[in-house]
Amino acid sequence: MMASSYNAKEEDGHHSGAASHGGPAVAKSKKPDNTAFKQQRLLAWQPILTAGTVLPAFFVIGIFFLPIGIGLFVTSNNIKEFEIDYTGVDLDSPCYSCAKNFSWNSTTPCVCTVDFTLEQPFESNVYMYYGLSNFYQNHRRYVKSRDDSQLYGDLSSLKEPSKECEPYRKRDGLPIAPCGAIANSLFNDTLDLYHIESNGTVNVIPLVNRGIAWWTDKHVKFRNPGGNNNNLTVAFQDTAKPVNWRKPVYELDPTDLENNGFVNEDFIVWMRTAALPTFRKLYRIIHKKSSTTPTLPSGRYVLNITYNYPVLSFDGRKRMILSTISWMGGKNPFLGIAYITVGSICFLLGVVLLIIHHKYDNRNNSADIPS
Amino acid sequence: MLRRRLNRLLGRDERIADRRTIYVGHRSGSTNDAIIPPKFCDNRIVSSKYTVWNFLPKNLFEQFRRIANFYFLIIFLVQVIVDTPTSPVTSGLPLFFVITVTAIKQGYEDWLRHKADNEVNKYPVTVIEDGRRIRKESEKIKVGDVVQVEEEETFPCDLILLQTSRDDDTCFVTTASLDGESNHKTHYTVPDTGRDLESLNATIECEQPQPDLYKFVGRMHIYTSNQDPAMRSLGPENLLLKGATLKNTQRISGVAVYTGMETKMALNYQGKSQKRSAVEKSINAFLLVYLCILVSKALVCTTLKYAWQGTPGQDEPWYNEKTQTVKETNFYLKMFTDFLSFMVLFNFIIPVSMYVTVEMQKFLGSFFITWDKDFFDPEIKEGALVNTSDLNEELGQVEYVFTDKTGTLTQNNMEFIECCIDGFQYKYRDASSELDGFCVTDGPVSKLQQKAGREREELFLRALCLCHTVQVKEPIECHDQGDGLMDQVDGLEADGQETSSLQEQRGFIASSPDEVALVKGAMRYGFTFLGLESKTMKILNRNNAVEMYELLHVLNFDPVRRRMSVIVRSKSGDILLFCKGADSSMFPRVRQEEVERIRMHVERNATEGYRTLCVAYKYLSAEEYNQADKGLREARLALQDRDEKLMAVYNQVETGMSLIGATAVEDRLQEEAAETMMALQGAGINVWVLTGDKMETAKSTCYACRLFQRNTELLELTVRTLEDGGRRREKRLHDLLNEYYKKAVLDAPPVKGGVTRSWSSTNQDYGFIIDGATLSMVLNSSESNSSRYKNLFLQICQNCTAVLCCRMAPLQKAQIVKMVKNSKGSPITLSIGDGANDVSMILEAHVGIGIKGKEGRQAVRNSDYAITKLKHLKKLLLVHGHLYYVRIAHLVQYFFYKNLCFILPQFLYQFFCGYSQQPLFDAAYLTMYNICFTSMPILAYSLFEQHISIEVLLDNATLYREIAKNAMLRWGPFLQWTLLSLYHGLLFFFGVRFLFSNPALQDNGQVFGNWSFGTIIFTVLIFTVTLTLALDTRHWTWINHFVIWGSLAFYVFFSFFWGGIIWPFLKHQRLYFVFANMLSSVSTWLVIILLILLSLMPEILLTVFCKPRGSNARQRKLVQSSVGDLQSPRSSARPLLMRTFSDESNTVI
Repeated sequence: MMASSYNAKEEDGHHSGAASHGGPAVAKSKKPDNTAFKQQRLLAWQPILTAGTVLPAFFVIGIFFLPIGIGLFVTSNNIKEFEIDYTGVDLDSPCYSCAKNFSWNSTTPCVCTVDFTLEQPFESNVYMYYGLSNFYQNHRRYVKSRDDSQLYGDLSSLKEPSKECEPYRKRDGLPIAPCGAIANSLFNDTLDLYHIESNGTVNVIPLVNRGIAWWTDKHVKFRNPGGNNNNLTVAFQDTAKPVNWRKPVYELDPTDLENNGFVNEDFIVWMRTAALPTFRKLYRIIHKKSSTTPTLPSGRYVLNITYNYPVLSFDGRKRMILSTISWMGGKNPFLGIAYITVGSICFLLGVVLLIIHHKYDNRNNSADIPS
Repeated sequence: MLRRRLNRLLGRDERIADRRTIYVGHRSGSTNDAIIPPKFCDNRIVSSKYTVWNFLPKNLFEQFRRIANFYFLIIFLVQVIVDTPTSPVTSGLPLFFVITVTAIKQGYEDWLRHKADNEVNKYPVTVIEDGRRIRKESEKIKVGDVVQVEEEETFPCDLILLQTSRDDDTCFVTTASLDGESNHKTHYTVPDTGRDLESLNATIECEQPQPDLYKFVGRMHIYTSNQDPAMRSLGPENLLLKGATLKNTQRISGVAVYTGMETKMALNYQGKSQKRSAVEKSINAFLLVYLCILVSKALVCTTLKYAWQGTPGQDEPWYNEKTQTVKETNFYLKMFTDFLSFMVLFNFIIPVSMYVTVEMQKFLGSFFITWDKDFFDPEIKEGALVNTSDLNEELGQVEYVFTDKTGTLTQNNMEFIECCIDGFQYKYRDASSELDGFCVTDGPVSKLQQKAGREREELFLRALCLCHTVQVKEPIECHDQGDGLMDQVDGLEADGQETSSLQEQRGFIASSPDEVALVKGAMRYGFTFLGLESKTMKILNRNNAVEMYELLHVLNFDPVRRRMSVIVRSKSGDILLFCKGADSSMFPRVRQEEVERIRMHVERNATEGYRTLCVAYKYLSAEEYNQADKGLREARLALQDRDEKLMAVYNQVETGMSLIGATAVEDRLQEEAAETMMALQGAGINVWVLTGDKMETAKSTCYACRLFQRNTELLELTVRTLEDGGRRREKRLHDLLNEYYKKAVLDAPPVKGGVTRSWSSTNQDYGFIIDGATLSMVLNSSESNSSRYKNLFLQICQNCTAVLCCRMAPLQKAQIVKMVKNSKGSPITLSIGDGANDVSMILEAHVGIGIKGKEGRQAVRNSDYAITKLKHLKKLLLVHGHLYYVRIAHLVQYFFYKNLCFILPQFLYQFFCGYSQQPLFDAAYLTMYNICFTSMPILAYSLFEQHISIEVLLDNATLYREIAKNAMLRWGPFLQWTLLSLYHGLLFFFGVRFLFSNPALQDNGQVFGNWSFGTIIFTVLIFTVTLTLALDTRHWTWINHFVIWGSLAFYVFFSFFWGGIIWPFLKHQRLYFVFANMLSSVSTWLVIILLILLSLMPEILLTVFCKPRGSNARQRKLVQSSVGDLQSPRSSARPLLMRTFSDESNTVI
């Protein structure tokens, strides 16, 4: 009885005017309100899925998906893509010796060249990717091993990096900038591309290293310490370079102040960890020069590789990928096939449903008549 | 709490003494004794659980005793201690939220309790100390204090009434707040306490506090100077209970006997017994399955991780070295922490929020019952009452309904129909038809148009006027309060059939409506009861002369004896005993030659559904009286076994009486009782009637309610049938049980489960009747047979459409409920009743329903739900129960579904990230998924869904069978949901994974990383999960629209917001512009649309392929059948058949 009166109070507090739960102690007018809400008679839309209502939807889906799928498929097929593995596993591969004799301590970089031929010309802008396989950039220990506030230019984090960066946090008492495993393992092969014309002249193909990182990353998320300090050497003084780096962060691209230090685009691209152990990352862009000549005409090419990045120790592979890009991104037949499949399945289902619906309706009607 | 425990501990110590001695006014009894004041607890009511300083630890402790909370706490602690993939925030925040909300709610409740406690404890009272009146706070009252209470005040503690301002040493009390009975009860002062309280020197010995409101045994020793102490017995009529209110009496004084937590009110205050619903059991079973999935997932991942790490170069490549501490950790410890990490990563599969949502759904959902205007009863101006919201869905699962008869099936609105005096039937037609109000109709003994002797008539009417405990309501109050409140019991009658002569405006107050009906019946025949004044009963007889009788003793009614008596002394000095009671208890106690004449009437009346009482009397010689008087007084003074002793004396006195006649009182059926019962049976519910009434009456009620139909074959297992054979009862019982078993179970066509059992007329219907005595034989027969009999009995009953158990003691009712409850398949039982005698079965059944009837509020107080009329049961079960069940079942399944397809991609991702426990989704998404993004739509669904409209549910009881036996939460549907979530999870993950085989998804050649990968999956997940629910929603109110589209919009908005800012104080900016960038890619859009459509496809196909036939046909069938229903004639609430039958018999003869 005591409890019931408490109940009444409590619920009155919650729902003023909700004349309800009260024990005998509450003797107000207890007539429930005749509102649609309280009587569970709110106006309601009561859709019932039947063959009749679903049928058109299936057809519509089929009609929309099939062309989209075909479009995707065609687009994907039209994308030119060339891929070459330069890891150097096999004896006869040009980078075999570089891969075999790799040492962290060697001062002279090992250079190897790979020849290849493009059968077809690449017409529009060409994007050059490097691809790594069996490289677990999505390993938890690896993914978290970074300090975003250090990369944001925070001075205190520069001096005292986050604990997440262990064991790449400090080196000889000096804070590592940029700290962490991701930064430490920055992909540092240098790829240069030469076109060998039919007459034998070798042309350097200009590779643009701007516009390869997300705009927001480049301009907001990554900042050099000390703001617009032109002298990065000063800004990064009293910091150590990552263990496996050959040069400090402020020498990543000494030619371009906008592309040096933390805001170096190669660095930013690397810092966006890949989703899967086999991945590609944008390395350079080859812009189309004129509307008449293809960006990369068909013919012989030479890829010059400064081999700095060991992958054999973990059974990894390195690739260089040249690809054009369409509105749907890089070459990926999956989407087109999926759309075509789903579209045709929907269409088929629609037909099946139509037949069933038709038959069923007839049966139903005939069954209805006697009753 | 501690104090209460301590008190209880002390109480137990005291109980060894078995009684307590109280010094009235703290004066020692005999002058030479020094008082050793016994320690009693103070008069403080402590209903609050917490104090300010112990709130936090105690509340936390209590909350973490719940298994679910404890589980989440463990997960949280693991996250804090071990290096785990997700930050402790992800599970800590939801847990914190849940705990805080619960703590706030409980704290608020406790604050209200504190407030209410204080209100009671600080209430000023008047205590008389040494002749002075002192105002005190209520909590300062000590046992032994003499307390004065004014009119309309409530008693601050349990008091023994010593003095009253009324002349007749009585006071009136209403216990409305205790048991809901609003009638005035008379309490008596202890005789001879004298007018002078200051000089009163007395001690009271009484039993230790016990919760029974209606029991009290005590003794008072009054010490007057130079005399032997006088001794007076104390009973409940002397005890004024805390919480009751003084009425009609200016002022009383009493001595406190029980205070504070020892008062009967406080002892009666107890938490409701926890009833758990079947749904909760299902949830627990599913939880176990998911826990197994969780553990096995973690195990698989751990194993694979170590297998993978075994290959050279994988464990620690140069680019990803371990920290020094990790390297130094013990191998097995590492393995264990890895296991824990996986557990933590996958722990979202068992969601914290499910508990919150289920609780919220239950709490909020129960409001719809109280709000339902169909449950509102204009007469008592109340609607339904929900005492517990835990059992809402159980209402949709009921398989057995146990109903009380009186007051539940019938209205408990008694009307005097006829009487029979010496074998002559007197039927009251109308006041105007005969001058003297008498109408002599047929005596079936064929003495036409004859009357019993006038002397016998008057004796009979005097007996009716004297043999009762009815009080006349003060006429003054009548004028004050107007007509509506004139008589407490019958005043509710709206039809105004009472003649409004001045005499009849007299209000009567009685605990039983039968008595009022009888007194009123006598009044129609010219004998009016004027009232009881200081032990004198006054009667206005037919000649308008007042007769006075001195009331010597009242031998109260009790359900075991089933009769009551009064002993009066007439003016002429004759001492008379009048007794009225049930025929079975009266016939053995009267002279046999009179019985036959009356028996016919009684049985005929009983078959017509009337309640019959026999009236007998006997003259007591002075000697006999003295003996009886002595016996009664002694028994009343006894401190121990008083009841037994009284019973013995009663039985001794009430013998050798002569029967004068019998009365028939009609108890009308409740409105729409028959329809309700029909609907319940149509819903596949077995209805059992459990009543204390006699078989004939109960049987006729069953016929009237259509529980038994004309073609129902009755299987009787009663004392009568057992004695038929003339053989030994045991043997006969055995034979009958076997025979019935053969008939009802073996010969019946095989039935498929309970659900499909046909109730059409093609099968023979069986009705089973058993009475209390036989039942106890069945239950308590010799060891070897007992379980066999019980089994046979149960099986027979399960194959009968209706079962009637008559002559049941309250405890037997509970026994039956328990027996059915524990039978095979553990069916869900529901008990419905209105009286104190139904409390035991209401408490025993899975769902207890109380009817706010006339027999007080005890049933309502102990029930889980209370309704005002039986007819409301139909809507409560068929509509509310059905809907709640469907809602909560869907809620539970959906919760498991959405969490499995939330975690599955996470699990699959482990295969692609070197089993490193890398979470696929950002911590914010992990945390918010259950709290914000997907919780509201399902809550709205579980509150508003009506997959079938209310009208259709009401009209088609058979729909109830579709959800019987927990149909939506069995393993089948569970598996279906699990498969769906597996499909979704696999689809999401691999769909996006194949998209990411070339991560250059933007038209500028830039690539997406792992967070984009997760975010795409998460977006598909959110949309799919929400749209799946949308597909299942059949009842779209604006709230559903708002919540479903709102959640999706909120997700998009939140994602933009979360990724739109470099968050200060946050270590990671992983999602910075990930969502926006994701949306800038056409491929992502296309894959999201594709995956959502593809995941919704099976659901759509399933509904289209499976349901349309069923649901279309059903809908059509429903329309037809509801039309058919309308055409079928509505049966009237009156037992039509019976009435015409009896009327005919009257006119023919």
